[in-house]
Amino acid sequence: MAGHAATTEAPAAERDDDLVVVPARHPGRWLAVACIAVLAAMAVHLLVTNSRLQWSVVWQYVFSKPILTGVLRTLELTVIAMVIGVVIGILVAIGRLSPNPVLAKVAWLYSWFFRGTPLLVQLLFWFYLSALLTHVSIGIPFGPEFASASTNSLITPFLAAILGLGLNEGAYMSEIVRSGILAVPRGQAEAGQAIGMTRSEVMRRVVLPQAMRVIIPPTGNETIGMLKYTSLVIVIGYAELLTSASLIYARTFQTIPLLIVAALWYLAITAVLSIAQYYVERHFDRGFQPAAAKSRGSRLLRGERALRPAPEQPTVAMRSVS
Amino acid sequence: MFEARDIHKSFGHVEVLRGVSMTVRRGEVACLLGPSGSGKSTFLRCINHLEKFDAGRMWVDGELVGYRQSGRRLHELHDREIAQRRSRIGMVFQQFNLFPHRTALQNVMEGPVVVKRAKPRELMEEAHQLLRRVGLADKAHHYPSQLSGGQQQRVAIARALAMHPALMLFDEPTSALDPELVGEVLDVMRDLAAGGMTMIVVTHEIGFAREVADVAHFMADGVLVESGLPAEVLGNPQHERTRNFLSKVLA
Ligand SMILES: Nc1ncnc2c1ncn2[C@@H]1O[C@H](COP(=O)(O)OP(=O)(O)O)[C@@H](O)[C@H]1O
Ligand SMILES: [Mg+2]
Repeated sequence: MAGHAATTEAPAAERDDDLVVVPARHPGRWLAVACIAVLAAMAVHLLVTNSRLQWSVVWQYVFSKPILTGVLRTLELTVIAMVIGVVIGILVAIGRLSPNPVLAKVAWLYSWFFRGTPLLVQLLFWFYLSALLTHVSIGIPFGPEFASASTNSLITPFLAAILGLGLNEGAYMSEIVRSGILAVPRGQAEAGQAIGMTRSEVMRRVVLPQAMRVIIPPTGNETIGMLKYTSLVIVIGYAELLTSASLIYARTFQTIPLLIVAALWYLAITAVLSIAQYYVERHFDRGFQPAAAKSRGSRLLRGERALRPAPEQPTVAMRSVS
Repeated sequence: MFEARDIHKSFGHVEVLRGVSMTVRRGEVACLLGPSGSGKSTFLRCINHLEKFDAGRMWVDGELVGYRQSGRRLHELHDREIAQRRSRIGMVFQQFNLFPHRTALQNVMEGPVVVKRAKPRELMEEAHQLLRRVGLADKAHHYPSQLSGGQQQRVAIARALAMHPALMLFDEPTSALDPELVGEVLDVMRDLAAGGMTMIVVTHEIGFAREVADVAHFMADGVLVESGLPAEVLGNPQHERTRNFLSKVLA
């Protein structure tokens, strides 16, 4: 802005210091704030005055024992299913990229099957596994058995939920992990090989840590998705958050307030997960930011850069390893 | 120390190496020059098992490349054995290929820690010393993105040296650098050569080749057209192709 003024008033270069900088005005922003304020006031008014929402019932149940138990179970299902999903996802992704053609095919079949059938069907399938296999045993294939149990007693609703959610998630995670692995430049794997790492060492030490940068954001997304997919286990009667809420309103007919209770908990957990994601992303981003932006990324520096011609230092700092 | 006999290699129908033979004695520096696409990188990558060659034999330090010999049989190497062989050959790439998620010091220690299962604490001293040797003592805790190209390449050299290689391969180590950064990398390589390291260097730096190399090889279309003392190959080339190439590089 100062520069512009200086060029129009021809000999003004030496009087540069008595020019006044007027910050740009943003009337559009104020208009947007006004609109949002009105809409928010209407929403709050509706929430407070509509008696059918029955806030007193919401507060009565939001920290009640069955709901809290449901919250814990939802968290438990989410965490375990995601852990299974990530582990399977990594294995399947590595399988698909393996030079072994049998492994690559099997891995492809896995993700095709579990992505190609509805999660609901998979959950019901695991739950009703006993109809298909009456008992499960450990032993030598086609040979003697060491231990055996009836499928009915083995497959609890909890196990069916974990199998259904985890195996399904593994198929989706495998695609995420695979794209992360493919995003790491080939020269990285070769550099690892050149200092004598085996294929698995290269994967663990060089490729996966860098792939994480690409893998983490969609995995955060998947985790938040999983939090809500756990509510599907209502079909096999495992009492997680939504099922617990539904058991209560089936009794009391206070459907809306109890759905609000469940929604409030889902929102709260999602907020916590989003914050966690921020820190995990920051961890795996180390080494990928230019030096200055990280250590001295103050307003001052950015302001300085806007006025002066770009300093030379960023060209060096931005040269990333390709 | 290193010998290649009649190496052939094709990508699909294109024969990229068409019978390359080369000998490098211990402590010697061989420079490999030639136009782009002539097969220089492919040849270096074959030495380090990053590519498989189709015919011919290579030996590094008395061991066959790609095979384990027992009696009259040659067994193809497994992943683990290949990794073991590679650990004794250092390689420096045109694009540096430092690990961006590790500091300079961690890059240098990565090989010994992972491959030799060395304790990081015991390695620290040597790793700092290697960084000092390439002139980067004060950059130990910088990430590659915080270093200039020349500094990155010097870290890459230190990383390769940390494995105590018997042979060092350089694939156009200065080609990706701004002109004013070339010198610092060549200086490090000059020091290495003076210290008795056996090196095969693919480069377009004619001055470096004349000064440091014991032998210069000129490659074109997958064959070594001309080999000999650098002063002769580069000063008084016998072949049309060599002359052509040199006049372009020196222009
Ligand atoms: N992985 C590959 N697949 C197919 N062709 C390749 C591959 N790598 C190299 N080539 C081809 O082999 C030839 C020699 O390449 P290269 O060894 O990189 O040459 P130089 O290093 O001398 O420039 C080039 O024509 C190149 O296109
Ligand atoms: Mg090349």
